[in-house]
Amino acid sequence: MAIISRGFGGRRRESVPGLPPGQYLTHDFPVLSAGPTPRIPLDRWSFTVTTESGEKTSWTWPEFTALPYEDFSTDIHCVTKWSKLGTTWRGVSLDTLLADVETAADYTMVHSFGGYTTNVPLEDLLDGKAWIAYKFDGEDLEPEHGGPARMLVPHLYFWKSAKWVNGLQMMQEDEPGFWEAAGYHMYGDPWLEQRYQGD
Amino acid sequence: MARAALPGRLTWRAATLAEARPETPTARTLVFDVPDWPGHLPGQHVDVRLTAPDGYRAQRSYSIASAWPPGGGGPPGGGGKVELTVQRLDDGEVSPYLTDVLEVGDQIELRGPVGGWFVWRETQQNPVLLVGGGSGVVPLMAMVRSRGQSRAKQPFRLIYSVRSQGDLLYREELPRHVRDDPGFDLFLNYTRQAPDGWPSPPKRIDVATINTHGWPPDFTPDVYVCGPTTFVETAADILVALGHDPKRIRTERFGGTS
Repeated sequence: MAIISRGFGGRRRESVPGLPPGQYLTHDFPVLSAGPTPRIPLDRWSFTVTTESGEKTSWTWPEFTALPYEDFSTDIHCVTKWSKLGTTWRGVSLDTLLADVETAADYTMVHSFGGYTTNVPLEDLLDGKAWIAYKFDGEDLEPEHGGPARMLVPHLYFWKSAKWVNGLQMMQEDEPGFWEAAGYHMYGDPWLEQRYQGD
Repeated sequence: MARAALPGRLTWRAATLAEARPETPTARTLVFDVPDWPGHLPGQHVDVRLTAPDGYRAQRSYSIASAWPPGGGGPPGGGGKVELTVQRLDDGEVSPYLTDVLEVGDQIELRGPVGGWFVWRETQQNPVLLVGGGSGVVPLMAMVRSRGQSRAKQPFRLIYSVRSQGDLLYREELPRHVRDDPGFDLFLNYTRQAPDGWPSPPKRIDVATINTHGWPPDFTPDVYVCGPTTFVETAADILVALGHDPKRIRTERFGGTS
């Protein structure tokens, strides 16, 4: 039986379609990071896919930005409760990056400059569901928002969209990344409100 | 990275407001009775859920301000207390309810504790530097209280940046920690208006502030920075530029919890 908060509800936000349970709408772009923002010079940037057998495929910044890109618009949902609707990005689809990668793995670990990691099942990265994004709102992605490039897996809570990405590792079994080891959910579906372990 | 032990599901718990104290004209400390509270580490937060009479709900996250177990020689068995300090955001829907409407005896729902990264554990032996901006001092206060209560010996420094004296949270308690907790230093930085006779003019925190009032990087302090995004970005950049290991700098940003 829910506890009713006497006198609450008078200042509620407009109800918005597209908002998962427990979320509220923001028009800002809040930032959430575990540590300082790394500054990565483009000539030191690379992105490497490593398969379960150890085979590596890498792109430098010029190679990566020469790949076919997509401009797209999507909603993003942060586990800290804010959602931002209709954000516009440019990025390379994971379908493009993984087209020639041979793997039988079901899981991946996303790696970032600075040591951040997050786990995502491989199927959640494929079929037009995920990108490595490098432009936001028509501008180069700012470092505090994950620039030069960040993962974007918008159908999961936003911590899965790792900032400052530099690699993707295929895994046979699911393993927790950084926030997942600190008590957050292994999968993180905002529509099922999978915020924390056990949700 | 070591795997954390799997905690059980975080369930919503009834929390009854036991006590409320104004901190500033726009911030209020709320002490909740949560009978089955499992305890927490300083730095962790809780999710708060409010339900309107017609079933409409809203959730927000708030840092815990209190240490665990609650100290100060309280009565045994009075252990289920969780203290939050809430800053009112005028256009918010949850914070004004918590600061202006909620009365002692009223109930809300709360779940947690949440977060296993921005925490200080007494087993950490390094000196500690806390850098807080505005209401970002709240989780740092939990660390200061926790250290004081357990009489821990790790040297602590708190750099606390606020607009003016009127915006200072824990205005009476912080000097008590300076007086009573050996090895705890406090530096107050005013950004808009300093009190009369304050030795330095108001300014935002800068390299000199952190260099003078923090620990040298050689001491390998564990650093905790919390505040609004621009404050955290500035402080963390300065710390890295001064030579602190980025891996020892933990940050928590307030995107504005309304």
